[in-house]
Amino acid sequence: MLHGPAAKVEKDNSSVWKAKLGIKLFWLYCAIYMGFVGIAVFAPETMKMPVLAGTNLAIIYGIALIVFAIVLGLLYNRVCTKKEDEMNPKKEAE
Amino acid sequence: MNYIANPIAIAIFLAFVGFVLGMSFYYARKAKSASGYFAAGGNIHWFVNGIAFAGDYLSAASFLGICGMIATMGYDGFLYSIGYLAGWIVALFVVAEPMKRLGKYTFTDALDSKFNSKGIQLMAAISTLAVSLFYLIPQMVGAGSLITPLLGLPQWMGVVMVGAIVITIVATAGMTSTTYVQFLKGGLLIIFSTLLSVAVLHRGLSTEPRPETFSPQTMAMADATPAAEISDGKSGLTFVKLEADGISNWWIKRGDMLEEVQSVTKTAGGETLYNGAPKGDNKFKSVGLVAKLPDGQVKTGPVGVFKYFATIQGSEIVRYPAGKVAKLEVGGDHVELYCPETTKGEDLMVPGQKFKTKDGIGKLNFISLMLALFFGTASLPHILIRYYTVPSQRAARKSTIVAIASIGFFYVLTLFMGLGAMTLGVIDVADGNMSAPLLAKAFSPVLFAIISAIAFATVLGTVSGLIVAASGAVAHDLMDNYMNVSMTDQQKVKAGKIAAVVVGVIAIILGILFQGMNVSFLVGWAFAVAASANLPSIIMLLFWKNTTAKGIAWSIGVGMVSALGIILTSPDMYAQYGLDKTTALHGLNQPGIVSIPLSFIVLVVVSLITQKENEGLQDIR
Repeated sequence: MLHGPAAKVEKDNSSVWKAKLGIKLFWLYCAIYMGFVGIAVFAPETMKMPVLAGTNLAIIYGIALIVFAIVLGLLYNRVCTKKEDEMNPKKEAE
Repeated sequence: MNYIANPIAIAIFLAFVGFVLGMSFYYARKAKSASGYFAAGGNIHWFVNGIAFAGDYLSAASFLGICGMIATMGYDGFLYSIGYLAGWIVALFVVAEPMKRLGKYTFTDALDSKFNSKGIQLMAAISTLAVSLFYLIPQMVGAGSLITPLLGLPQWMGVVMVGAIVITIVATAGMTSTTYVQFLKGGLLIIFSTLLSVAVLHRGLSTEPRPETFSPQTMAMADATPAAEISDGKSGLTFVKLEADGISNWWIKRGDMLEEVQSVTKTAGGETLYNGAPKGDNKFKSVGLVAKLPDGQVKTGPVGVFKYFATIQGSEIVRYPAGKVAKLEVGGDHVELYCPETTKGEDLMVPGQKFKTKDGIGKLNFISLMLALFFGTASLPHILIRYYTVPSQRAARKSTIVAIASIGFFYVLTLFMGLGAMTLGVIDVADGNMSAPLLAKAFSPVLFAIISAIAFATVLGTVSGLIVAASGAVAHDLMDNYMNVSMTDQQKVKAGKIAAVVVGVIAIILGILFQGMNVSFLVGWAFAVAASANLPSIIMLLFWKNTTAKGIAWSIGVGMVSALGIILTSPDMYAQYGLDKTTALHGLNQPGIVSIPLSFIVLVVVSLITQKENEGLQDIR
């Protein structure tokens, strides 16, 4: 039984490059996420510390993790799109 | 609480359901081929797909469960928001594009793309079914809890209604109608949650209870003539029963003073009384109160985002934690007393009310939960199949980013909705899950009707996605690939539709059986099972060229069985069985920290033993 894609996917010369970048960014985010878990588990009192306009570290760190994911995603998309256009002779259909 | 059906709510709800069903029938003609049915023909626009991701992902557990947990437990509910969103990073950076490149209709396709192995087909299909069913139960339970306040119907009818509507959506037009239902619901959920959050900030904080909120009276013990006085061994509190005008109510003894509590009494005669009166008398009220604001303020007026958080940190809040319910037997009556607890805002705004990290096992459970949430998203079959509805890898990536942005924005809003419910006194003391819709009720009945209809749609959207995933696992992975049942394209669609009906009926039955259970309860576990069973195979297939078919099949099997095994023997599950928590086989409530590494190890070991099988296979990375 064949398992080919539902829609025809064009060959992408940039996929290895994108995968490497993806892994790097994954580890970056992972480290920051683990930092949050680490503080919550091993230094919970630190979470009460006010850091921005009287709001504590727990809230700011939590929201920052969400915002950082969005920013990182947008950056990744921008860089990947650029690389795809560079490395693939014909632009992939959307 | 006593809920009365609201005609506006019913009208909005019916209009919504009618629209959704109409759309399903409209798209039904597009779903004639297997590609159309299982993957919407692979031509959904990336933006629509991205919002549909949000609609698929933001289930009852997010909207009802997280808001409810923040409302009753504070920051710990927000941990789910953080973890659920962080999981999308794994989806975006690691699995989105390869999944799109390798698969056809289901994630089993992608796993099996290199090997064409019966073992992988069987194990991956079973894990898809197991995770989907685990995920379905809380959605159905959530639907049941929503129907009661919205339409005034019993819970089981809500479950049956959701089941029937979803079966119709899925069986008529498969992934196409499912996608548009999810798009619609995802968009509406985000818009109206924003409105609700703005309303919370505009109202600010106040120590004056609303008339609908329970505000406990106090009196001197010397002035009271107790009809009964009972000490509860478990909570260490003493309760006093007072009677006036034939109505009895309960008070907590605090030194020389008495403080009123809310009670639910099941009398020996089979009658249920709320604060001593029948349900229709509406004596039982919603809870949650600001006891003290910083600097002796009574009211803040409209506040900004940071000011809101900082003010709650400096306040004292009266909460009714689920664990603080005293159960007494008094002369044949069974009495449940909901005890208030005043907590400092600074303690509520950090982790620790639900997930205690003081001892070793607490730390382990916390890390384990955060690990499962992080790695679970990218392993959920109903999320993974959405990569097959878009035309290209680029579209898969873009739709993932739209999903991250919209879901992330929503998760920040859960803080305002949860804390708003906590401080505005709208919490149903017996069911925290309803906090977000009831918060809307505090502002306007129309907003409540809309939010409830959206919450109901939330369940519809997610359940549809789960049923499509499960029906794909049965018709495509098991029947077509594993059993080699020879089917034409149309027969395959028919098999998918029959599978959808069967899974839908099973979901209805489970939804009724698990009534009253917390909706976040099982979802966290579904993540753990998904992360343990599926993630190691996905990652290793993509990044380790020595991965073999047997390695993948064993890793899925061991990951799934170990995660389920740990869950079924956990202290929380013992409590569900009605047994003593302390007699559980181990102290771990969250399996991820054991089962995820175990699944990785099994994959590596089995792959190394069966290296010969890989000879002559093409590297798919």
